[in-house]
Amino acid sequence: MSGLKIIVLAKQVPDTRNVGKDAMKADGTVNRGALPAIFNPEDLNALEQALRIKDRVAGSTVTVLTMGPGRAAEVIREGLYRGADNGYLLTDRAFAGSDTLATSYAISKAIEKTGPYDIIVAGRQAIDGDTAQVGPQVAEKLNLPQITYTEEVLEISKKKIKIRRRLERGVEEVSGKLPCVITVNASAPECRPRHAKQTMKFKHAKTVTELQAANEDYITLFENKPYLQIEELSVKDVGADVELLGLSGSPTKVKGIENVVLEAKESRKVENTDAGIEEMIKELIENHTIG
Amino acid sequence: MNSVFVICEIEEGKVADVSLELLTKGRQLANQLKTKLEAVVIGKDLKDIENQIFPYGTDVVYKAEDKRLEHYLTLPYTSIITDLFKETKPEIALLGATSQGRDLGPRVSSKLKSGLTADCTSLEIGPHEDKKAGKTYEQLLYQIRPAFGGNIIATIINPEHRPQMATVREGVMKKEIVDTAYKGEVKNIDVSKSLKDEDFVISIVERHMEKRKVNLTGSQVIIAGGYGMGSPENFNLLYDLAEVLGGEVAASRAAVDAGFADHARQVGQTGVTVRPKIYIACGISGQIQHRAGMENSSMIIAVNTDENAPINQIADYVINGDVAEIIPRMIKAYKKNTK
Ligand SMILES: Cc1cc2nc3c(=O)[nH]c(=O)nc-3n(C[C@H](O)[C@H](O)[C@H](O)COP(=O)(O)OP(=O)(O)OC[C@H]3O[C@@H](n4cnc5c(N)ncnc54)[C@H](O)[C@@H]3O)c2cc1C
Ligand SMILES: Cc1cc2nc3c(=O)[nH]c(=O)nc-3n(C[C@H](O)[C@H](O)[C@H](O)COP(=O)(O)OP(=O)(O)OC[C@H]3O[C@@H](n4cnc5c(N)ncnc54)[C@H](O)[C@@H]3O)c2cc1C
Repeated sequence: MSGLKIIVLAKQVPDTRNVGKDAMKADGTVNRGALPAIFNPEDLNALEQALRIKDRVAGSTVTVLTMGPGRAAEVIREGLYRGADNGYLLTDRAFAGSDTLATSYAISKAIEKTGPYDIIVAGRQAIDGDTAQVGPQVAEKLNLPQITYTEEVLEISKKKIKIRRRLERGVEEVSGKLPCVITVNASAPECRPRHAKQTMKFKHAKTVTELQAANEDYITLFENKPYLQIEELSVKDVGADVELLGLSGSPTKVKGIENVVLEAKESRKVENTDAGIEEMIKELIENHTIG
Repeated sequence: MNSVFVICEIEEGKVADVSLELLTKGRQLANQLKTKLEAVVIGKDLKDIENQIFPYGTDVVYKAEDKRLEHYLTLPYTSIITDLFKETKPEIALLGATSQGRDLGPRVSSKLKSGLTADCTSLEIGPHEDKKAGKTYEQLLYQIRPAFGGNIIATIINPEHRPQMATVREGVMKKEIVDTAYKGEVKNIDVSKSLKDEDFVISIVERHMEKRKVNLTGSQVIIAGGYGMGSPENFNLLYDLAEVLGGEVAASRAAVDAGFADHARQVGQTGVTVRPKIYIACGISGQIQHRAGMENSSMIIAVNTDENAPINQIADYVINGDVAEIIPRMIKAYKKNTK
């Protein structure tokens, strides 16, 4: 049996979970620019599921697709180090300001452009936008069925897939056919670490833009080692309609942003003694907070 | 103006709390916009379900009944809802930010190209001026939501596309009956017009749902424990206090991860959002993800050994010390002062 062509959608995100003191501005709000850029956590779970499918179905390939600025090529390299075969960086100024609908349109055009595929694996949710919308919206744009909240791929063949998915209050086993889109939960197994041989092989994988910036001769390099090229795709390359991208293609607009400031409330200190605590409890009973 | 719509979810034969909360919010929005509140329910056996929905001030209940629709499936639900929205053209459409709503919402919005705002914590009506286009909008839905791991709050609007769609988590809005005798109209949807065989390419092989055991969102008194409780045995102190005060026990994620409590008790960004009359946080540091689920409590008491724990900044009462000493003191004081 010939293998499956698996596409992993991975996003580079600011590490919003570890907002340390150095990322705080003087006014107590977060300095977003100071947050390190990381591989979106659930996209690593997604990559692991893709690699497991590749391990199981001989001849399969894993392609990492990311949309973002030039530095997002980092995500693709990380994917290659962990076992992916190749990757595409979808990058263009016209993508700036895209909401999830415009993002999913751009990603779906890129998927169509890069050729036939069997399964698209996304993370459930990105930790910056926090919407969990891109996976299902890509599925809709490609007219494919979707299976969200995947915890484990139980069975897979060229035609069929069976998945255990984790819902708020339970689990479901569902089966369907390929091609389809699946999104993967954080409760799925963690991603395997970098593979030494893959890391050696892809250490110098770069986009043309990166090599140009470093004044390197990419033409000879890519002629000799074509696998080192991380291909960049622009709006034109994928044949997307500019009107449907960026701000103009986004039905939702950000009207305003407020930084969360940790403000101190007037709080009362209660003595940790029988008397101190009794006094507090009496107050709470008197003002009917507790009955 | 066209209607405000709520996509209702069914749980164990009943309309889910989150949907009732959205109906309450939807009624308020509809009043402001001087329009109707409509709802749609999809399922296998929907006999009399409208009677659970009308009291929230619902004017029309659309019912899509079919034996293949017993459990939620993405594609058939999407087909039914998109067809219904193409026909009724709602101004606003709300759904729960549940496993189901977060699977269905993006699919529907992608099909209708309508935009969707995730996990709103507040919904308001307000004006907007687009200076560049020289346009003003009188009554848009302000969809207010945290992003960036809770570090910012964004107000999202959707000026040109309808419906203005948003999801909201359970417990964020309040549920309130408008009138037990409120009567609306029932409209049955002919599902055969929307459903195609391809909609059933994904099928459910097995399902294990846990019954809802704890009712955090409905509880006015919440005693919450964190990693600082130190052990499952110490966690039992919280149940003792909850019993005398008539409340529920909740937990931080670190306490859940440590195995002190069930996930169903987790409060916070990835747990339940609560707004009780009183929230007693014991051995909880008060990270932003935890606060996201409890900071709207009317009163907060923090019990912590660390004088500088972030939770103290939002607490009304701060007790500095060891939980193992303080909770028994609270129980004793309460028993002494009540009969
Ligand atoms: C403060 C703020 C609030 C926002 N609120 C909304 C909103 O309510 N509605 C809305 O439509 N947009 C919103 N956006 C825009 C939205 O964040 C972006 O469109 C974002 O690029 C994609 O959404 P997400 O981060 O939520 O991804 P999610 O939908 O959470 O991502 C799910 C999965 O899709 C894949 N994926 C997502 N983005 C990419 C990518 N660039 N490359 C490769 N794979 C990807 C990954 O596998 C990821 O795990 C908001 C933006 C900001 C700054
Ligand atoms: C994407 C994301 C989502 C998250 N969602 C949630 C969520 O929904 N809910 C949630 O809670 N967290 C969530 N978290 C985790 C959150 O960031 C914190 O890690 C968590 O809330 C910490 O729990 P804690 O306060 O119990 O533990 P800790 O931060 O370890 O705090 C323990 C506290 O106990 C005190 N203490 C220790 N011993 C005693 C004693 N004997 N008596 C009194 N006090 C004592 C300590 O001083 C300390 O303040 C999320 C994180 C991420 C990244």
